[in-house]
Amino acid sequence: MAAYALTSDKQLLADKCLLHRRHIVKMVHCASSGHMGGSLSAVELATTLYYSFLKGDPANPKWDGRDYVVWSKGHASPLAYSILADLGYFPKAELATFRKLGTRLQGHVDRLKVPGIDASTGPLGQGISIALGMALATRLDKTPNHVWAITGDGEHQEGQMWEAIMAAGFHKTDNLTVILDYNKKQLSGPVENIVDIAPIADKYRAFNWNVIEINGHDIVQIIDAYKKALAFKGKPTVVIADTIKGKGVPIFEQEISGFHGAPPCDADYEKAMAGLGPAKWPDFF
Amino acid sequence: MILMAGPSKGTGIATRDAYGEVLAELGSENPDIVVLDADLSTSTKTAVFGKKFPDRFFDMGIAEQNMIGVAAGMSFAGKIPFASSFAMFATGRPWEQVRNIVCHNQANVKIVATHAGITVGEDGASHQALEDIAIMRAIPKMRVIHPADGPSTKKIIRAVASDVGPVYVRLSRPKFPVIYDDSYEFKMGKGTVLLDGKDCAIIAVGYEVAEALKAAETLKAEGIDVAVIDMACIKPLDDARVESMARKCGAIVTAEEHNILGGLGGAVAECTGSKYPVPVVRVGTKDTFGESGDIPSLLEKYGLTSRHIAEAVKAAIKMKK
Ligand SMILES: Cc1ncc(C[n+]2csc(CCOP(=O)(O)OP(=O)(O)O)c2C)c(N)n1
Repeated sequence: MAAYALTSDKQLLADKCLLHRRHIVKMVHCASSGHMGGSLSAVELATTLYYSFLKGDPANPKWDGRDYVVWSKGHASPLAYSILADLGYFPKAELATFRKLGTRLQGHVDRLKVPGIDASTGPLGQGISIALGMALATRLDKTPNHVWAITGDGEHQEGQMWEAIMAAGFHKTDNLTVILDYNKKQLSGPVENIVDIAPIADKYRAFNWNVIEINGHDIVQIIDAYKKALAFKGKPTVVIADTIKGKGVPIFEQEISGFHGAPPCDADYEKAMAGLGPAKWPDFF
Repeated sequence: MILMAGPSKGTGIATRDAYGEVLAELGSENPDIVVLDADLSTSTKTAVFGKKFPDRFFDMGIAEQNMIGVAAGMSFAGKIPFASSFAMFATGRPWEQVRNIVCHNQANVKIVATHAGITVGEDGASHQALEDIAIMRAIPKMRVIHPADGPSTKKIIRAVASDVGPVYVRLSRPKFPVIYDDSYEFKMGKGTVLLDGKDCAIIAVGYEVAEALKAAETLKAEGIDVAVIDMACIKPLDDARVESMARKCGAIVTAEEHNILGGLGGAVAECTGSKYPVPVVRVGTKDTFGESGDIPSLLEKYGLTSRHIAEAVKAAIKMKK
């Protein structure tokens, strides 16, 4: 088994980010449904994770030497699928089938259907528990796999999140890193107007976590944060990443919920794609 | 009675839209009504109430278990809380809270959930509640209602607002054909006979009522005379009506956008089994999860169209002794 090659070439990562942004908008437009805002906010966070850090083997997705990723915000499936297709986990053209009958690319990520997905999610607030289970299990086996959970800010309102955060702090699972896509918006609008999660860094610290705060669109800061998370011993780490929901498309960024869960109309779609501009590679579909 | 085409974006009324409208009306009529949601008010349509009565609307965030507990507390302090989310997250996530805080306390909480069943469509299996009728029905004191269309939803929401005690109302995402006009009346524990017939009785809920009526028409052309009953109130079940239909027709078909285990089909089979055993053929999802897709394809694939109901009727009639 061999892991795919990693890169820390910042220009290459930035180019990949643009490719994934185009795919996200295209997939949701093509499916007439899906979640763009929370996919676009996490592009740099997830791209840097998969291309610069993760151990994984597209030819053998269940390789036991792999690092685990739990997409706790399972609605960010367009981003997950675009990355996995590019890494070779499934044919690139399959992105066109997103959310259509018979597809493997379900509305929310499904581990039984999609190679490279380690946990089926979508119902919010459950990902850190699953990731903690993986972290405790690999620690028992004394294997070096790292576990990453990609979470939303709104889903931190769920009680189960705090049960898991408390338990992980208690168990000192330093092989677990939570990425918090802190884009300040949820489905119905700004998090601070619904049930605010601030001060979120203090909350994690009080639950015995190592906390790193960064700009979640700055690849240099992301690389640095993930390196520190991997090196930190004795506590789980949360990378609290300041992001913008709908990032990269001004009309989405300005919308009250960051264009959470609706497809763009044709005019917005054309505008969004023109604004993003062409990537270094042609779109996959 | 007007009967329109199957669910599509262009025709009919979504039961969730009817809910939003009537809830806002009720808000003006009764100052004790309060509404809670869990970051889905634009989808469940409780936002209509929220806009009109911001002081009596509480978006509890993505935290359904807490929402149910808070709703119960409000009811103990004299309010009439409506708590809404998607069916998956209003019944599944907080099941134990619903059982112990709401039902064991006999709290006057109305859980009205939208996006039930396979007609959720593209969001896929994780969001398609196909077990909610079963898990709500199993709790003592809980009543379970699944309206067939927009106008009946309005009457049902009005009825549960003035009734006291726990209730679960199951609503849906897409536009449904309109079956009733304003003369519809809801009575807890009573079904509505839409068509009388003698060869077989189709007992349906929700969207499947429209499909059942379509099936009845095609069967009529083939000389098969079926009754169609809208059993919007699944619990308490209209035992007397089920029994009289069993006696009269000697065969029953149930139809629901839910697992054939534990839902309407289960309830009807339990009833006939102890009152007057006859063949009961259940149309519903066959103990499986759903998947992403467009609604017509999903209805076809999961066996929920009028054609599937008509086939079930023929199978049920064949089983008669
Ligand atoms: C338990 C549960 N409740 C409600 C939903 C519906 N829902 C999907 S996404 C979303 C908002 C998520 O907000 P956040 O975690 O901040 O994610 P992001 O804004 O980054 O997309 C909601 C309420 C769900 N998927 N799961």
